[in-house]
Amino acid sequence: MFYVRIFLQYLEQYLKTRLVYRWDFLAQFLTDLSFQAVNLVFILVIFSHTTSIKGWTREEVIFIYGYFLVPFAVFTAFFNLWEFNERYIIKGEMDRVLTRPVHSLVQVMLETMAPESLAGALVGLLIMGWAAARMDLQWTVWDIPLFVIFVIGGVLIYGGIYIALTSISFFSDSKTDIQPIMYNIGNYGRYPVNLYHRIIQFVLTWVLPFAFVGFYPASYLLDRDHWMWLAFLTPVVGVVYFAFGVFCWNWGVRHYRGAGN
Amino acid sequence: MLSAYLEMIRIRFLMMLAYRVNYYSGIVIYSLNIGVNYFIWMAIYGSNNSLQGMTASQMATYVAVAWMSRAAYFNNLDREIAQEIRDGTVAIQLIRPYHYLMVKFFQAWGEGLFRLFLFSIPGMLIVSLVFPIHLPGFDPVWLLFAVSLFLGFVINTQINMITGLAAFFILNNEGLVRAKRVLVDLFSGLILPIRFYPGWAQAFLSYLPFQAISYLPSMILIKGVGGSALIHAFTVQIIWCVLLCLPIFLLWRRARRTLTVQGG
Repeated sequence: MFYVRIFLQYLEQYLKTRLVYRWDFLAQFLTDLSFQAVNLVFILVIFSHTTSIKGWTREEVIFIYGYFLVPFAVFTAFFNLWEFNERYIIKGEMDRVLTRPVHSLVQVMLETMAPESLAGALVGLLIMGWAAARMDLQWTVWDIPLFVIFVIGGVLIYGGIYIALTSISFFSDSKTDIQPIMYNIGNYGRYPVNLYHRIIQFVLTWVLPFAFVGFYPASYLLDRDHWMWLAFLTPVVGVVYFAFGVFCWNWGVRHYRGAGN
Repeated sequence: MLSAYLEMIRIRFLMMLAYRVNYYSGIVIYSLNIGVNYFIWMAIYGSNNSLQGMTASQMATYVAVAWMSRAAYFNNLDREIAQEIRDGTVAIQLIRPYHYLMVKFFQAWGEGLFRLFLFSIPGMLIVSLVFPIHLPGFDPVWLLFAVSLFLGFVINTQINMITGLAAFFILNNEGLVRAKRVLVDLFSGLILPIRFYPGWAQAFLSYLPFQAISYLPSMILIKGVGGSALIHAFTVQIIWCVLLCLPIFLLWRRARRTLTVQGG
């Protein structure tokens, strides 16, 4: 309850600061949309040259992409840790965070959140819905709670990996380019994994399990039962990776000495 | 004066050398991108040997060449300029006895050269060991490619300057910077060679500067474009280099007048 109240207060402050730069708010929204459209253009153009890729039709690939956008949007809204190193470690804001009686990770997440990114989830649902309507997918009652669980699992995986990576900042005060790498790899989880070489499939499943964020759950919702058990593993993998991320964070905080002096 | 600008190239080159971790991780990023795009394209080709006049083997080479060229022409000028506008350091730069944008351009050049020699060329050697790509041997086409790649670098840098200068008008242009990046990757032919687009889109894209960044140089190397097509490619690139100076000039003139340094 305490955390809910804090969340709402941060949200209020956030909206105030964002609405000062009203045009910027709109620009951000439009650029986010174009970002998602670009990937869709790629899929559409590709399928004007072929009817299926390794057994996947156009609508199926679009459905997977639409699904992927939902956990991805929630992730970008609340795990905006890109500039953590610069803002909190190099400029020393971490010291302020650590003196307060709320868990440091929660504070950092709330201070850097960008709730307008949630619009991407709506776009994702629309894309999914469009593709599903064209395929005559059979929906059961179970698909809706499963969808929610899969999305939460996906967000936890994404979040866990990024928290773990961000924790590196506690040990080194120079910038690293590991996050952009992860950003690229994360995007590859939205294509059917059987496109890739076995080694890449293995990495996307068991090492950096981004395939659980997009492909495995989406393929189950597409009634492709081949990956069913992997899809059901999504929340488990999510909890494991998120716990790992938080563990790294706490460990990093204990190790943290402060910058400058 | 020119020697001062040339010095900027050297300094930026050495600065890049200092960030060793970024350098190694960069090679990993690019190899990964080439790998994944290679597999996606090979799956798209499937049993087709040729699509849109490009064979599967040419496509594999295209992916490698286009990504490695990107390493050379890519720079963070948009972020840098926007950052200096936001934190007010641009004001100090303005009173120094050189042209701010020229300094930025030469710094970008230093970065480009660094990435070309320590990044693209070694990366290309590694990638050619792993993937079946076919590059021309000792051939004058490499020289044409080099010139074309440089012009692509100039155009990309100019577009970055425009995006960065936009920070004068929309104070937080982070979203614009990110959107510009994906648009350039898509419309320059990096992710999708221009000839794969439907006819109307190809016609549309031919009026935009983006294809001159990546598609034209890569095609010169891979398909050995010759004769009038080659002259056409170079003409398009040079025209854009000149045309893009105009919006930069106008933005810059207006920007200096409207400069508001936040909290500076």
